[in-house]
Amino acid sequence: MRDESNDQIVRITRLDRRSFLKFTGLAGGGLMLGVTFGCSRETAEEAAPTTAPTSRPFEPNAYVQITDDRIVIYAPNPEIGQGVKTSMPMIVAEELDAAWDDVTVVQSEIDFERYDRQFAGGSRSIPQNWLPLRQAGAVAREMLVTAAALRWEVDAAECETRDSAVIHTPTGRRLTYFELAAAAAELPVPDPASVKLKDVGDFRLLGSRVTGVDNADLVTGAPLFGIDQQLPELRFATFVKCPAKGGTVVRANLDAVKALPGVLDAFVVEGNGNPAELSEGVAIVAVDTWSAFKARQALTVEWDESNAAKDSWSAAVTRAAELAQAEGTTSVVDKGDVETAFADATRQVTAFYQYAFASHAQLEPQNTTAWWHDGKLELWAPTQTPQGAEAAVAKLLGLEAEQVELHQLRAGGGFGRRLINDPVVEAAAIAHRVSYPVKLTWTREDDMAHDFYRAGGFHSLAGVLDQAGKLTGWRNHFISFSHDGTNPVVGGAIRGDIDPGPFIPNYRITQTLLPWQTPCGPWRAPGSNVIAFAHQSFLHELAVAAGRDHLEFLLELLGAPRWLEEGNPQALHTGRAAGVIRRAAEAAGWGRTLPEGHGLGLAFYFSHAGHVAEVAEVSVGPERRLTVHRVTVAADVGPIVNLSGAENQVEGSVIDGLSTMLGQRVTFEQGRAQETNFHQYPLLRMPRAPRVDVHFIESDFPPTGLGEPALPPLAPAVGNAIFAASGIRVRRLPIIEEGFS
Amino acid sequence: MRLQVNGRSHEVDVVHDDTPLLWVLRDHLGLVGTKFGCGIAQCGACTVHVDGEPVFACMVPAASLEGRAITTIEGLASADGALHPLQQAWIDHDVAQCGYCQAGQIMRAAALLAKNAAPTDADIDTAMAPSLCRCGTYLRIRAAIVDAAGGRRDA
Repeated sequence: MRDESNDQIVRITRLDRRSFLKFTGLAGGGLMLGVTFGCSRETAEEAAPTTAPTSRPFEPNAYVQITDDRIVIYAPNPEIGQGVKTSMPMIVAEELDAAWDDVTVVQSEIDFERYDRQFAGGSRSIPQNWLPLRQAGAVAREMLVTAAALRWEVDAAECETRDSAVIHTPTGRRLTYFELAAAAAELPVPDPASVKLKDVGDFRLLGSRVTGVDNADLVTGAPLFGIDQQLPELRFATFVKCPAKGGTVVRANLDAVKALPGVLDAFVVEGNGNPAELSEGVAIVAVDTWSAFKARQALTVEWDESNAAKDSWSAAVTRAAELAQAEGTTSVVDKGDVETAFADATRQVTAFYQYAFASHAQLEPQNTTAWWHDGKLELWAPTQTPQGAEAAVAKLLGLEAEQVELHQLRAGGGFGRRLINDPVVEAAAIAHRVSYPVKLTWTREDDMAHDFYRAGGFHSLAGVLDQAGKLTGWRNHFISFSHDGTNPVVGGAIRGDIDPGPFIPNYRITQTLLPWQTPCGPWRAPGSNVIAFAHQSFLHELAVAAGRDHLEFLLELLGAPRWLEEGNPQALHTGRAAGVIRRAAEAAGWGRTLPEGHGLGLAFYFSHAGHVAEVAEVSVGPERRLTVHRVTVAADVGPIVNLSGAENQVEGSVIDGLSTMLGQRVTFEQGRAQETNFHQYPLLRMPRAPRVDVHFIESDFPPTGLGEPALPPLAPAVGNAIFAASGIRVRRLPIIEEGFS
Repeated sequence: MRLQVNGRSHEVDVVHDDTPLLWVLRDHLGLVGTKFGCGIAQCGACTVHVDGEPVFACMVPAASLEGRAITTIEGLASADGALHPLQQAWIDHDVAQCGYCQAGQIMRAAALLAKNAAPTDADIDTAMAPSLCRCGTYLRIRAAIVDAAGGRRDA
């Protein structure tokens, strides 16, 4: 059975899953080591039709393939839970006028020539691919129409398309795309820029609710994720790194480890000096994952920590509190006359906001399967940046680009963590040393100890109001971190034009960077996810100090409807901002009489080109026990692609935001993360999930992404609601540090 | 050891007597629907049934389960391939985002419905609390369970 080729077994799975199970049971007698399932039911290599087509398939571009029995649409970008394996093909299907039930979605290969950049990050998949995906579908549609018109000897203008068929309107004649595929394949491919796209109002599929294309496999436990990859003769690896970033191996009891039951090999892998690629450590390879995990308990490593991180969160907190008394040494923006505004003010408010480091905690632990064979390094990985992973592996091992091939697999969450490919590079380095395929699996403890964390930070804020209660001046001394003493860490930068800067005449941000060695990285809505908390909470403090209603205060601040950057549809538009603020407030019943002990809090934030406002309704019980009853969200991200997926992203962003603000923090001492697993890093559980009401304002602007922008407003909305309910102002995240539970 | 998984008998040889069921399922039986998340019974991604009860497969040694009936997500549908009502409800409600936790969620929900055919929201919350969803799909999980139990049909 180990001689069975991958292809044969894949075919069995595809044709008949039950006979496959029977087959493996009979052949393996239960011991399945060495059996392959194929990485997924829908990998690119399985895209070939199950039966030989009668003619060559119609493939006008990289996204569409039509044969006489099926329509394949390729999903180019990594699926990490943001829904692009469903939503991106929907855009193609809309312009193609394919019936969605006729469509088979296939995860594409990683191919820069065919797909340009393939990545999942920055809420960019939809805005960046909106036009090319529409054009891909429209090109195919136009060629099918041409093929039908030629067959009927009629004018193509007399034809329409619907449900995977061309219809000759005057006569009612109809040919399906399956019947037309062979003829369309013989036609020249028109210039994508020349084909007519639908009017948005004519969309039939987009804006509807479509269930995810992998759902049937997900609910039956079919192999889909990176960690599910299996191969003949697969072995299992664990990789042990210094708990403080940058430590190197002095010595390790490798011989003793190699002698342990189930262990096949143990060796030191040298780092390449770049923590985003390869940190030094000890690899243990074993016959199964448990043997590898057990062996590491017997591993003793002496680390040289002379160049390793010594970071201390408690020391940073102390230092920031001292620095907060003055302004920062570096100017980020200084607009108007801040000194005069503060001198002339009727009222001044100051506050100090702080948030801890956080881990991504994507639920599928980091993993990659790697196989060095036939002069080629083959990889199966759940990454957000597959092209970057291939390049990093080629560079590390001195291979040509074509010697590295990565198969993109579904990722069990990303949140920004899988933009960095350290696990992929580690697996490649380990596999390059052995003669069999290896699956590297991180433990949860590895994951929490070796994250690229969301940076902690501190904001020393001051604002002034005039006699009329108008906000006239604002100062923020933002204290964050730097690896090199000059540049802020990822998530530790702040832009001068960040909200509410454009709306305040006298506005200054200064910055101080504290030294920090432990890696930081993008965490869902980087920067925005925490700056929104500080700025939008402080705006509410100012509204309260002015004795004004928060809703009215915010709307006045935004002023007349306008783009902040004329001609840039990715910029903030004050009319869109006011639109979502009003819609959220109205839907939440802003101003209504609330049950005893309840409070409403409002926050708006603009990030990743999305305008989102949220209203939270909370109550605070004895001992500061927080209950979030409901969160009302209004979002304007342009036209919605998949309504079900879009609502899911918003619901998830709210729960993620609440989960993070309640209890999540990673603290460091001696460069070591102190929290090790979910018992010390609590994720929200079902009993505390609030009701979430989602409202989309489907403006005619080009669509923008939704993986991130609904997260930043949550923390300030809840914090402002806590104040409304209890009079307690939350200025520190997670709020367990303020005594809440 | 001899294990009874999804109605089939499997003879498995492992190196370590304390090998958790999770790794026997994933590395030896090729049943990878059961997921590794935390390894310490905190996330529930590894939830399977042992004699109908929800169990953290990452904690229980496989060798302790000889003679017991183990059911994984791969064995939840009927023998004729018909989906369990929860599996269908999960598709209908488009519950998943990344989907990694969902096999464990469905197994935990199936154990609940087997004992309590008409759970209240409070019953559901209590039963499902051990299973984490990092993406935050709890509202849809709750709605899908209510739906599968034949209750009110949520949008």
